[in-house]
Amino acid sequence: MVLVDWLHVAVFAVVGTLMAALPLAVVWLLAPRAPHPQKRLTYESGVVPFGQAWAQFNVRYYLFALAFVLFEVEVIYLFPWAVVFRRLGRFAFVEAALFIVILGLGLLYAWRTGALEWT
Amino acid sequence: MPAVAWGLEILRATVATVLLFTFLAVVAAMFGVLAERKISGWIQSRLGPKHVGPQGLLQTVADTVKLLQKEHVTPVNADPVAFNVAPLIVPVAALLAWIVIPLGVPFGVLLIGRDLNIGLLFFVAMTSLIVIGVLLGGWASNNKYSLLGALRSASQMISYEIPLALALLTPIMLAGTLSTVEIVDAQRGGFLGVGRWFLFGGGHGLGGLVVGVLAFAIFVAAATAETFRTPFDLPEAESELVAGYFSEYTGMRFALFQLGEYGELFAMAALSSLLFLGGWHGPGFTSTLWLFVKLFAMVFFLMWVRWTYPRLRLDQLLNFTWKGLLPLALLNVLLTGWVLV
Repeated sequence: MVLVDWLHVAVFAVVGTLMAALPLAVVWLLAPRAPHPQKRLTYESGVVPFGQAWAQFNVRYYLFALAFVLFEVEVIYLFPWAVVFRRLGRFAFVEAALFIVILGLGLLYAWRTGALEWT
Repeated sequence: MPAVAWGLEILRATVATVLLFTFLAVVAAMFGVLAERKISGWIQSRLGPKHVGPQGLLQTVADTVKLLQKEHVTPVNADPVAFNVAPLIVPVAALLAWIVIPLGVPFGVLLIGRDLNIGLLFFVAMTSLIVIGVLLGGWASNNKYSLLGALRSASQMISYEIPLALALLTPIMLAGTLSTVEIVDAQRGGFLGVGRWFLFGGGHGLGGLVVGVLAFAIFVAAATAETFRTPFDLPEAESELVAGYFSEYTGMRFALFQLGEYGELFAMAALSSLLFLGGWHGPGFTSTLWLFVKLFAMVFFLMWVRWTYPRLRLDQLLNFTWKGLLPLALLNVLLTGWVLV
């Protein structure tokens, strides 16, 4: 039964989180606490940290994330197709082949416009 | 369903969770870290750990006990909530991915968290949750090394996830199901008991062999990148980024990140054995033993690669997947369709 399957998954998520938190609870009981302001400084190879890390970073990361969303969604469409593929036969193959070729053209476009360059 | 039956199911799932978590902590984390240190020592002509227990076998147990007694330091600049939640997300996501991985059928009992009917899709979804924990931890630390490491991890994980998912399509198409158990059972028998392994195309002749080997190669390459191992270990490049996204984490929280990482490594090794190498089917007899032989062989292979190859640059890394693996994986899906039609 499908509903029971997801009950199991929910239990895995809840009990698994508790199991992962258990060693943290043990640490809370066992470990010493000796706070010192210098100890709580951000690590920056031994020097006093310069400014915050929450500043600007390279916009390239964003472009790759965008390309990822496009392709991952299209891959998800292929999963149900792959499961029933052998029952549907030649027609399904041609349909998916068209889909994959269009996907490939999209990749080619991103490639040619330089969205995949890191410089 | 009556309330008693629901209660019974919850009890069963709880027992399964505790067993699976213990398995991951002991086999994947403790044994995995020990094996990594021993194998790296062997490759680099060192001895590796050898003082705690016979031949250093208890080294990681001692390390765990030591880490349990270490103080938790939260940097004053960090975001306290996100900083504390992140180390829980990574191991729990790895545990959830393990739900759909069967460990064989000893004495007629199927060892699996739950044989979900969307098995492999669920696996892909859960492993991609790891990136959330990594990004959250790196950002919350408010440390430049952590943030750079987390951004690199995220861009790497999402880039390699696409060829990984595309490589999974070949075994799915060959078996016609997403259930990991059914995929393994579709590989039973054949020439010498290995003829129907999906690595060799599941008995579809030369074309099957080509797509099987290609899918396996893409899967292993992408899995190496997903688990941040050399040559794809930029997120944790210790010579430039200290420890990457978990630079600021101390004691047990650091250990939880390690647990998630080794849990994922073992999950990828198990999955490659199940999907391509016949799982618990093998020459001569069918046994859980076969699965563990293949699993540890894959883990050994991934460790061997890690300690043998140099690290790539970030642009080389991204070029390799977007301009190499991804077109190849798309082509392989087409080829698989062509072979099967």
